[in-house]
Amino acid sequence: MLQNIIDVRNLSKSFDISSKEPGIKGTIKHFFRRQTKSLKVIKDISFEIKEGEIVGFLGANGAGKTTILKMLCGLIYPSEGSILVSGYLPFRRKENFLKNITLIMGQKQQLIWDLPPIESFYLNASIYDLDKFEAKKRIKKLSEMLEIDEELFLPVRKLSLGQRMKSELLAALIHEPNILFLDEPTLGLDINAQRNLREFLQKYNKETNATICLTSHYMKDITSLCKRVICVHEGTISYDGKLDLLLKKLSPVKEVLIVCRSEEDAIKLENSGFNVKNKIKNEITIKIENNSITSSLKTILNNFDIEDLFINEPPIDEVIGKVLIKKNYDI
Amino acid sequence: MNLRKYLKVYKKFLHTSLASEFEYKTNILVDLITAILSLIGSIFLLSIFFQNNGYIGGWKFEQALIIQGIYTILNGITNTWFNPNLTEIVKHIREGTLDFVLLKPIDSQFFISLKKINPSGFLEIMLGFFLLLFCIRINQINLSLSFLILSLITISCSICILYSLWFFISTTTIWFVKTWNAIEVLRSFLYIGRFPLNSFSFSLRVFFSIFIPIAFITTIPSEVFLGLSQLWKILLEVIVASVFLITSRKFWLFALKFYSSASS
Repeated sequence: MLQNIIDVRNLSKSFDISSKEPGIKGTIKHFFRRQTKSLKVIKDISFEIKEGEIVGFLGANGAGKTTILKMLCGLIYPSEGSILVSGYLPFRRKENFLKNITLIMGQKQQLIWDLPPIESFYLNASIYDLDKFEAKKRIKKLSEMLEIDEELFLPVRKLSLGQRMKSELLAALIHEPNILFLDEPTLGLDINAQRNLREFLQKYNKETNATICLTSHYMKDITSLCKRVICVHEGTISYDGKLDLLLKKLSPVKEVLIVCRSEEDAIKLENSGFNVKNKIKNEITIKIENNSITSSLKTILNNFDIEDLFINEPPIDEVIGKVLIKKNYDI
Repeated sequence: MNLRKYLKVYKKFLHTSLASEFEYKTNILVDLITAILSLIGSIFLLSIFFQNNGYIGGWKFEQALIIQGIYTILNGITNTWFNPNLTEIVKHIREGTLDFVLLKPIDSQFFISLKKINPSGFLEIMLGFFLLLFCIRINQINLSLSFLILSLITISCSICILYSLWFFISTTTIWFVKTWNAIEVLRSFLYIGRFPLNSFSFSLRVFFSIFIPIAFITTIPSEVFLGLSQLWKILLEVIVASVFLITSRKFWLFALKFYSSASS
């Protein structure tokens, strides 16, 4: 049985935040008498993550995903509750703990802007106490996996966003961490660069059995990488479980477009008891529940003269969008 | 602390920051010219003060040049290490890139204090040393081992005090987010360090000795150069430097508990 590598119990986090009224009056008031209030951004959450799992954190902007990630990697002190990552208390930032983790943020960079990425890699290698030979070996291996080569020797400021992100990944993985915290890693990347990055993460997880915690607003990242998702809503966990179960729950029916050979067949099908959404000439769209899709299609193909049929999955963004605005999902 | 690792990392810091700076050759050239002109301007200003009166606060022009020499070395160190690194702390905190520093298995204070280097500051350090050598000649100072050791101790203490003051102010960014002005005030106070402490009124002397110890930074090392310094003053400078260094370290570690990172 796989061990829990991350264990979070009754975790809460509050921030003191000052608010300001609009206009000059508000500005003067804010300058002399700043009103601060304590805002609880994470409210009593608990979960655990097993070694080698890829878990997606889903939530609207400001839901608390990044705060959770930052507490897990030890950047922010929790206000209440406990966190254990790889057997360490993250906020103590012990050397052995830091050698085990990495944080990659799509909107922030650690590479030295005026120099080629290779210089940053060797700098990081010295920080992680790797000798030159070992560093060279790891850079070669990772650059092959990431499919970057010439870019390593061009100044960072001359690289495209996709090339830069690949280099950021390499810089963040040179110490071969066991746990990866990724905060919107595909932000701003084009479709091909997003796909390359996802493929790399899959490969990395498969080869090293690294645990990956990921936040992303691109649903393709979540669906292609994560079997399990944790949905965060206003600082609480609204769902923690398998992604496919969530999708089934949220979209229990599929739409099937059936093209009949003749309009008479379409009329026959319309009156045969299926849940019809619409009918245009010989094309008819019906809704079928997920659990009866195979039997229903078999019946249709056996009893009607069908020219073609298309099964339409509901758009994943639309389905997940429902999660982001709901407080609780019991599945 | 693994000293070998820290030396290795520092070697990399030197390499990467020099390589970054050498990407912009014109900028380095302008910085070098500025350093030379700034020293000439300072000496010219000092000579104007001494034009009508041979002495200021009991110091002759030739003696006051020693203070200028030490100030130039310290200013060179400021421009080489403190300015490029410690002003970055504010940026790191405002933009949240301190996250990357805190997640590295290396001391965060070491990282943010020494990562960058501005090579044009080296020229100022060299100019300061040349000026001091010139002062040693014109003031007919006897170079003995004890003189060299005491000079080294007091100048090192001055560097520590200056670093700690600057680092302390930069650390407050964790709460106040923007502290550029406080750093500018500190820099302008440092200009005062070009003049002998005795040239100020009693109240200002107290202020610059206790509240902002500029007096310790240039005057005491200069007194050592002239053989005027008393042992208690040197000991006091060592104590002040140690207290400042330890306090700035403790303050940094305390402040990190309040670091909330920038939002994404």
